[in-house]
Amino acid sequence: MDSAFWSRMLTEETLAFHIIWAAIGVGVPIFISLAEFIGIRKKDPHYTLMAKRWTRGFVITVAVGVVTGTCIGVLLSLLWPTFMQLVGNVISLPLFLETFAFFFEAIFLGIYLYTWDRFKNPYLHWLTSIPVIIGSTLSAVFITTVNSFMNTPAGFKLDKAGKVVDIDPIGAMLNPATPSKVGHVVSSSYLVSGFLLAGLAAFFILRGRKHIYYKKALKLTMITTFILCIATIAMGDISAKFLAKHQPAKLAAIEWHFETSKGAPLVLFGKLDPETHEVKYAIKIPKALSILATNSPDGTVIGLDKIPKHLWPPLYIHYLFDTKISIAFYLLFIAALFLFLWIWKKGNPFHPILLYGIIAAAPLSFVAMELGWIFSEVGRLPWIITGIMKVGEAATTAANVKLMYFLFTGLYLVLAIVAVTVLLRLFKGKTAEAELASYKEVS
Amino acid sequence: MSLELIGITVLWIFLYGYIIVASIDFGAGFFSYYSYLTKKEHIINKIIDRYLSPVWEVTNVFLIFFIVGIVGFFPDTAYYYGTALLIPGGIALILLTIRGSFYAFANYGGRESKFFLFLYGMTGLFIPASLSTGLTISEGGFIVQSGEQIHFLAGKLFQSPYSWTVVFLAIVSILYISASFLTYYANKAGDRLAMEQLRKYSLFWSGPTILASVLVFWGLSHHNPIHFAKAWDIRWVFACSFVCFLIAVLLMWKRKLFGLSFLTVMLQFAFAFFGYGYSHLPYLLYPYITIQSGLTNTTMGWALVIAFIAGLVLLIPSLILLMWLFLFNAKYVKNEK
Repeated sequence: MDSAFWSRMLTEETLAFHIIWAAIGVGVPIFISLAEFIGIRKKDPHYTLMAKRWTRGFVITVAVGVVTGTCIGVLLSLLWPTFMQLVGNVISLPLFLETFAFFFEAIFLGIYLYTWDRFKNPYLHWLTSIPVIIGSTLSAVFITTVNSFMNTPAGFKLDKAGKVVDIDPIGAMLNPATPSKVGHVVSSSYLVSGFLLAGLAAFFILRGRKHIYYKKALKLTMITTFILCIATIAMGDISAKFLAKHQPAKLAAIEWHFETSKGAPLVLFGKLDPETHEVKYAIKIPKALSILATNSPDGTVIGLDKIPKHLWPPLYIHYLFDTKISIAFYLLFIAALFLFLWIWKKGNPFHPILLYGIIAAAPLSFVAMELGWIFSEVGRLPWIITGIMKVGEAATTAANVKLMYFLFTGLYLVLAIVAVTVLLRLFKGKTAEAELASYKEVS
Repeated sequence: MSLELIGITVLWIFLYGYIIVASIDFGAGFFSYYSYLTKKEHIINKIIDRYLSPVWEVTNVFLIFFIVGIVGFFPDTAYYYGTALLIPGGIALILLTIRGSFYAFANYGGRESKFFLFLYGMTGLFIPASLSTGLTISEGGFIVQSGEQIHFLAGKLFQSPYSWTVVFLAIVSILYISASFLTYYANKAGDRLAMEQLRKYSLFWSGPTILASVLVFWGLSHHNPIHFAKAWDIRWVFACSFVCFLIAVLLMWKRKLFGLSFLTVMLQFAFAFFGYGYSHLPYLLYPYITIQSGLTNTTMGWALVIAFIAGLVLLIPSLILLMWLFLFNAKYVKNEK
C-alpha cells in the first residue's frame, strides 16, 4: 500500500469522525438559543434549564469538534501538499474566512458559558448566543464552499503549461455546487442535532421520567425537526438537478444509469451485476429520474456511456444513496407523525412506540449524514478536483503515512470513548427534576 | 508596502500572538501539574483555572490562522513543509488534540482527575518542542529537493545542535512568559500567596531564557551564517529586547507594576521575534522559497488582505469584550462574579 492509499484512509477517518462533532457544533446552538429565548419569553424555568443542560453537554462535543477540526485543517497540508498548493492559489479565501468565523464563535462561546448570571437583563445573555450560531453556521458554509469547489471547480483557468491563471476568488467560492451543497450541509447539521436532542428526551420519557420538562423538550425539538426535514429534503432535490447539470457522472453512478436516455426511470434498491451491468430486484419508477433531474418527464439524463470508463465513480455508491434516502424519509415520517398526533386532540404523541421510533431516528440521522458525505466524496472519484487533479497525484510522497494512520486511529478511539464517558458522567444522577427542585430552594 | 510584505507581516503577527497566548496556556498546564507534585496545588490552581476557562478555545485559533494563512499567501509552503513535516506536524497535532480535549473534559466534565492534569502538564512541554522544529527547518539544510521529490532529513535534524537550542529556548520561554503573566493575574486577583509562588517561578526561569537565546544565536551562526550576519546587522533590535528583559526582571524583583513587567516581557519577545523574522527575509525556506517566489497570485493575495481587514473589524471588538469581561474585570478575577 502506498502513501496515497494511507493518506486517503487517514483523511476519510478524520473527516468521518469530525463531521459527527462538527454537525452537533453547528446545529445544537440553534436549539440552545431557541430554548433560552422561549424560557425568557414565557418566564418558564423549564426552558431555561433546557438551554443550560444542553449547553453543558454541548461544550464537551464542541471540544472534540475543535480539536478534530484542527487535525483535518493541518492534515490537509501534510497529506495532500500538491492539492493544497493549488487550493492555496485558488480557494484559500473561504478557508481563511472559516478561521475568522470560528474565532468569532469561540470568543462568544466563552462569553456565553461564563455569563449566565452576569446581566440584569436576561435578553443580553441570550443575545450572546446569536454570534455563536452565526459563527458556527458560517464555518460550515465556508468549508462547504471549498468542498463544492472540489466538485465543480470554477474561478480560474489553466494555461498551456498547467499553471493557474485568471483567478477570481469569489467566483471560485460561488461555484455551481455551492448553493445546493451549502444548503444541504447546513440544514442537515441542524436536523441531526434536532434528532439527537429529541432522541435523548424520548429516551428519558421511556425510562419513566414523568416531569413535564422532558415533554417540553421533545415538543420543541420535534417541531423544529419537522421543518428541518422538509428543508433538507427540498435541498436534496435541488442537489439532484444540480448533479444532472454539472456532475452527470456522479448522478449516473448513483442511479446506475448506464445509457443516456429521455424519460429515464428512477432505480430504487436492487442489485448490480458488476460484469454485465444488469440490475436485478430493483423497483423502477418510470420517468422519475428525468423528473428529478430536469423537472420534465421526457428530459434527457446523461448516462455512464458518455463517460470514459476509467473516469467512472465506484458504482457501489447506489447502495449508500438508497440507504440514505430511505432514512431521510423515515425521519420525515417520524417527525410528521409526532406533529400529527400532537395537533390531533385524541392523539398521544408520547406513545411508547413513537418514542422508540424517535430514539431510533437519532443514530439513524447520523448514519444518513455519514452515508451522504461518503457517497458524495466517492462519487467524485477518481478526481480530487473534478477534471483538474486526480486523488493519486495529490497525495504526499512522504513515507510513514501508515504509521500516522494508526496513531490517529488510536487517538480518535480514545477521544470517542472518553468523550462519551464524560458525557454520561456529567448527567448521571443529575436529573432535570432534581435541578429544578434545587433552583426553587435557592430562590 | 508590497503584497508579500503585508502577507508575511500579518502572518508573523499572528504567530507572535500564538506564541504569547499559547505560552501562557502551556506554562499554566505545567505549573498546575508541578504544583500538584509538590503539594502546592491549592495555592495557584484556582488562579490558573480562572484565567484559562473562558479563553482556551481562542488559543488554538491563532495557530490554525497562521497555518491557513501561510498556505493562502504562500501556497508553495504547503508543498514543501507539508511533505517534510508529516511526522513532527502529526505528532504535534496528536498532542494538541489530547491537550485541548482533555482540558475540556476535566474542566466541563465536572471531576478532577490526576491523569488529565498529568496529560495537560506534559503536552504543554512537548507541543512547543515539536512545533519549534518548523522554525528550525526553515533555516535550510533539513529539506532537500531532488527532481520532483522532497526529502526530509530527520536524522540530521535530531543531531543538529541548533535544533536542540531552539527546542530548549521554546520550553524555557513558555515557562517564563507564563509565570510572568500569571503573577500579574494573581496580583490583580489579590491572591498574595499565589502571586508570591508564581513570582518565584518567573524569576527562576528568566535566567535560562536569556541563556537559551544566546545559545540559539550561537547555533544559528554555525548553521546558517547568512541569516546570522543579517541578524547582526540589526543587532540594536536584539539589544532592545535585552533591555526590556532587564526592566521586566527588575520590576518583578521589586514586586512593582506587574502589569508593566508583563508588558515588557511581551516587548522583549516582540523585539526578538520580529528581529529574527526580519533577518530571515526574504526566505521562507532556505534556499527554496522566498516571499517573492512563493507568493500566491495578486488577486488572491489582495482578496486575503481585504478579508483579513474585514475579519479584524469583527474580531477586535469581540476580543475586547472578552477581555473586558474576564481578564480586566476585577470582580470576575477576584471570583466575586
